[in-house]
Amino acid sequence: MFTKKILTTAVATSIWATSSAFAARTDLSIGMVLEPPHLDPTAGAAAAIDEIVYANVFEGLTRIGRDGSVQTALAESWTISPDGLTYTFNLRDNAVFHDGSSLDALDVVFSLDRARGAESTNAQKALFDAIESVEAKNDDTVIVTLSRPQGSFLYNMGWGDAVIVAPETAEGNKEAPIGTGPFKFTDWAKGSSVTLESFDNYWGQAPSLETVTFRFIPDAAAATSALLAGDVQAFPNLPAPESIPAFQADPRFTVVIGSTEGETILSTNNGKPPFDNILVRRAIAHAIDRQAIIDGAMFGLGTPIGSHFAPHHPAYVELVEIYPYDPEKAKMLLDQAGFADGIKGTLKLPPPSYARRGGEIIASQLREVGIDMEIVPVEWSQWLDQVFKAKDYDLTIVSHTEPNDIGIYARDDYYFDYSNAAFNEVIAELDRSADEDRRYELFRAAQEILTEDAVNGFLFQLAKNGVWDANLEGLWENSPIQANDMTGVRWSQ
Amino acid sequence: MLAYAARRLTAVLITLLAASLIVFAVLQIVPGDPARLMLGINATQDAVENLRQQLRLDDPLHIRYLTWLADMARGDFGNSYTYSVPVRELINERIMVSVPLALMALFLSTCVAIPVGIFTASRHGTATDTATMAVTQFGIAIPNFWFALLLVYIFAITLRWVPAGGFPGWQAGAGPAVQSLILPSIALALPQAAILSRITRSALLDTLREDYIRTARAKGLPAGRVLWHHALRNALIPVLTILGLQFAFLLAGTIIIENVFYLPGLGRLVFQAIQQLDLIVVQSVVTLLVAAVITVNFLVDLAYAWADPRLRSQKR
Repeated sequence: MFTKKILTTAVATSIWATSSAFAARTDLSIGMVLEPPHLDPTAGAAAAIDEIVYANVFEGLTRIGRDGSVQTALAESWTISPDGLTYTFNLRDNAVFHDGSSLDALDVVFSLDRARGAESTNAQKALFDAIESVEAKNDDTVIVTLSRPQGSFLYNMGWGDAVIVAPETAEGNKEAPIGTGPFKFTDWAKGSSVTLESFDNYWGQAPSLETVTFRFIPDAAAATSALLAGDVQAFPNLPAPESIPAFQADPRFTVVIGSTEGETILSTNNGKPPFDNILVRRAIAHAIDRQAIIDGAMFGLGTPIGSHFAPHHPAYVELVEIYPYDPEKAKMLLDQAGFADGIKGTLKLPPPSYARRGGEIIASQLREVGIDMEIVPVEWSQWLDQVFKAKDYDLTIVSHTEPNDIGIYARDDYYFDYSNAAFNEVIAELDRSADEDRRYELFRAAQEILTEDAVNGFLFQLAKNGVWDANLEGLWENSPIQANDMTGVRWSQ
Repeated sequence: MLAYAARRLTAVLITLLAASLIVFAVLQIVPGDPARLMLGINATQDAVENLRQQLRLDDPLHIRYLTWLADMARGDFGNSYTYSVPVRELINERIMVSVPLALMALFLSTCVAIPVGIFTASRHGTATDTATMAVTQFGIAIPNFWFALLLVYIFAITLRWVPAGGFPGWQAGAGPAVQSLILPSIALALPQAAILSRITRSALLDTLREDYIRTARAKGLPAGRVLWHHALRNALIPVLTILGLQFAFLLAGTIIIENVFYLPGLGRLVFQAIQQLDLIVVQSVVTLLVAAVITVNFLVDLAYAWADPRLRSQKR
């Protein structure tokens, strides 16, 4: 009986394998809006870098899965000392870089020291600031000692900015990335496409796709045409929300509206009068009709949020109804705050359409209650200089796309200019604790404090408008981290 | 002729130097820190400082200008901030798309416009003339990105004859490369052809009213010979002017069409570089385009002199 079952399974598997080997396609063209400036995820913040190389070309000690959880990657296992200060990572002994050299503990030591060192240009250097030392115990074991317990350490090591690179090839990774992933880089036609090919000596399960081409299509109309003409077979995040209904009605395509890590917020200068007044901020919260903004600016795609937290996260608390849309209440609060005659100020809008289109709607909603914001469109570089660095702003709209970034509210001197000792205490404890239940409790507490203080106008979670060929399987529905993981993607026919 | 060419060439060089100075100066007052833009909002200040040093953004202005000028004279355009590869490589790749595209569009528009212009001029005042001119008016009025989308819809999505966009690169063979440039060049050529045919027609009509044409007719020359031999050559001067302007435009001003067809051309390179504050790329490409426009104008000047011998002897 037992043998028979195995036999049947084996035969079934081999039939399936044979038929799929004959029938299924093994190439895929994927559309992306932005071209990355280079391909080294340890030396730049551009999401487009990770969207090509994360989990495909480069891997870290750990990785973030499609559900946002921490999974094993180059470290096949690890142990944590009881005081939470020493992490011992056991590396895979069969992991190989694309240039043929094998991964050893010294590569890990090099990568982490490079990212946190004095010369580092890592865009997320803060991920590494709890590390005190990194040592190679032997070829396959790395010991990382922290200066303080850090609950998010394993998660941090799963970011694209923490991938493991080889000392011999690290400098060339911008142009010709060499990693340990299931796909190796083959070609970058600047302005046009990046091509990856499956890597024969990959340590894990070989991917089903042999060739993956990422094509850069910035124009919304062109993106729609490219899908319809079959030039690309997938657009993980289509820049044309207006054509989503047409794709939904077309049986040749699968449309999956997922969620991103992008909390889109009306950032408020908490340090500048009159916005330092909590009553004014609560009035703003009541004056905003989130659904009208989502419908008007995003063609209805997006989930309202009541705090700075992603709705798909298990620790999410529903806080949208704390400040329901209520212009009368808003006027009353302004009255109480002593601004019965209204408020004047500026609303600085960076280029993305959620900001420019959303800003127009918000400005008119605020005008209804007597808050007259002058709209000032700015370029990204101006936004970074004026708003982010110099805090020279009243209100602005921006999407914070880093995963689990509620901790930014505890940073000194961050551009919200917000400070609350109780909140900082929650984040500090969150940083220390590794126990998941306790972490979730703290996440909930943090969300509630931010809502209570109405720090910013919390608008909506950016949607991920995935459109792809109906025969394609395995693409991510949500993007818990900026990535287009191709390892599980295959053609069903 | 040679003296004339030498005079024009000196003017070209002075213009070029002035342009490079203006381009450099304008870019220095662009707000924003390229290093911060590249590393994003979560980057620590010391990471940004490290990058500024790597990019040599802290050197004094005049040193940066003179270094850039000297390097450029040697053919070295510096390294792109964002791509960290030589700017010359980037430009070379893009020129391989932009120049063939501009030439194809110019070729198409000339092939259509000159015959149409001559044809309508020779049938001046007839219904055919009026109808053709109405069509050209339409050609000028259609926004070219809309026309491009229409072409994509018909030939790429419905008929699937050509790809909807993209450029496979010349290494993929001349066939696929040219194929991917067909729709963009048609979209670019349509308004140019419409303008050019109207110019050709009116220039020819003006010439046909001249005294020497009447004389030629009075001599008893056949109408065809008057048109082709006597009128056309003189009518070519305004046509050449427009052609020169159009080529310069097609080289530098195709950003919209490049976006619709997501072609990796020069226009998109500049557009992306501006967004990413990749100043070295912007200043090099813009200077190069200025040089191209000035060169085209210089060649047009020489062509005038060829078409109209009076210009050669004129003292300017």
